[in-house]
Amino acid sequence: MTVFVIISLRDLFASIILMGVYGLFSASFFALMDAVDVALTEAAVGIAVSILLLLSTLSFTGRAEKKSRQKPFLALIIVFFTGALLVYGTFDLPPFGSATSPAHQHVASYYINESYGETGVANLVSSVLASYRGFDTLGELVVIFTAGVGVISLLSTSQKALKTNGTTNKLVAPMTTHHILRIVSKMLIPFIMLYALYVQFHSDFGPGGGFQAGAIFASALILYTLMFGLQATLAITSQSWLKFFAALGVLLFAGTGIISMLQQHNYLNYNVLASDPIQGQHLGILLVELGVGITVTAVLFQLFISFTGYMLNIRRPA
Amino acid sequence: MIDLLYILAISLIFLGIFCNLAASVGLFYFPDVYTRMHATGVVDTLGTGLILIGLMLLSGWGNALGKLLLILLFTLLTSPTISYVLANTALKRVPADTNEGSECPANSEGEGSSNH
Amino acid sequence: MNVAESFNYWAVMILMMSGLYILIAQGNLVKKVIGLTIFQTSVFILYISMANITGASAPVISEASSQTNLLFSNPLPHVMILTAIVVGISTTALALSLIIRIKRAYDTIEEDEIHDMDAQ
Repeated sequence: MTVFVIISLRDLFASIILMGVYGLFSASFFALMDAVDVALTEAAVGIAVSILLLLSTLSFTGRAEKKSRQKPFLALIIVFFTGALLVYGTFDLPPFGSATSPAHQHVASYYINESYGETGVANLVSSVLASYRGFDTLGELVVIFTAGVGVISLLSTSQKALKTNGTTNKLVAPMTTHHILRIVSKMLIPFIMLYALYVQFHSDFGPGGGFQAGAIFASALILYTLMFGLQATLAITSQSWLKFFAALGVLLFAGTGIISMLQQHNYLNYNVLASDPIQGQHLGILLVELGVGITVTAVLFQLFISFTGYMLNIRRPA
Repeated sequence: MIDLLYILAISLIFLGIFCNLAASVGLFYFPDVYTRMHATGVVDTLGTGLILIGLMLLSGWGNALGKLLLILLFTLLTSPTISYVLANTALKRVPADTNEGSECPANSEGEGSSNH
Repeated sequence: MNVAESFNYWAVMILMMSGLYILIAQGNLVKKVIGLTIFQTSVFILYISMANITGASAPVISEASSQTNLLFSNPLPHVMILTAIVVGISTTALALSLIIRIKRAYDTIEEDEIHDMDAQ
């Protein structure tokens, strides 16, 4: 399989490209298993953003890996022993695809039967994500916000340095000689953004949601940065605005819960947001997903700017 | 009449699968970066396009037809662009008249090479 | 112990062990991050395999499915895996920024060279 080739390769660049292929296989597998939301998220977030960040790191650290000095016998023994234990554990798992396994009883059947009546949202995954398990989603949003904060604090560059060094460095200089690429991306970027908005607001009726939409919108912005240079992008968005938007999404999510509390109900109880409980659920899910989309876009784009901006600054000729 | 549509769609899909398979076989057997690029860039796009046209014939009039048409346009736009970018980058790294492109890049390039 | 029923799980275990092996045995830090990502993705595949029901449709209610069948795949693991994917790339992003700082401080990202420099 792909993974064994990844182990044996010492060229990191090829390993990362094979990681992209592995991500594609996983996304197709998820789609085959009827997990359409997960397939979309894995394709958008797990492949595009993760491979992009790995490649950005690689352009700084170099693409060859050193051969290890000793043979990894201890690691192999540990891995085989753990693998044998886990395979022994799989003998107790329910057979693949059975409808009577314990995972499908209890709460899951309640969600499947009652979700449309209580929330009015056709996509069961969206209703569970935003309404029934909304607290977990708030935690996840704060996690990605924290990652953005962490990366900003580790790889910080000043706005002035980014603007003055933008065109002298080859890393993020605009690709002026790649005419075909510029024309094609000029044609495609508005449609990518439109598709991101479609995925964001269509999450009630089909696969979609805030995370996928945020990742797709951020990749449109990253494509623009790759084509036309960091300076051009910083002319339309500044780092302080990105930080503001990242915090705004979290505030939107948490604020929706606070509004529910102000009406003397539980935190994140959407039933009280409007006169009709179902309308309230719709409104609550819409606001929450919007907050998620805004924060994910801002944080992912800020990650990319931090990575490239940092490497830009330290490669400046002394 | 419906049977003819069905047979046409299935034959287009199989033709597309065969094209993709031929592109993958070409990826293994061709000796050089540029010949491999030629095999995959042209034939892969054709194969994916044929599969999508076959699926469009199968889906009938409706929402799915529009979505498949958009996917076809997107594939036709981006797949040749990607092979252009790869070939252009290969041209800047590996000159066409030497035989370096057939080796594994880990042997010919050391540490610290930037890529974009 | 039917092979056809458990094959998914064995493939997942093989992937998981490969990711673990890369994480433990390889010295290069970026390779370790790649191994971590492989490990995480194999766990996602395990969860989604457990959530699948043969003969069920995707967990989206449309007019067609509400009349014909009421058998949907379990949406709860899908939600958990969505969260896990996003948390996974947050971890990867932070790890990669740490690697960039390490490279700047030590000028290498091989684990044993870093240990040697620390021991001096």
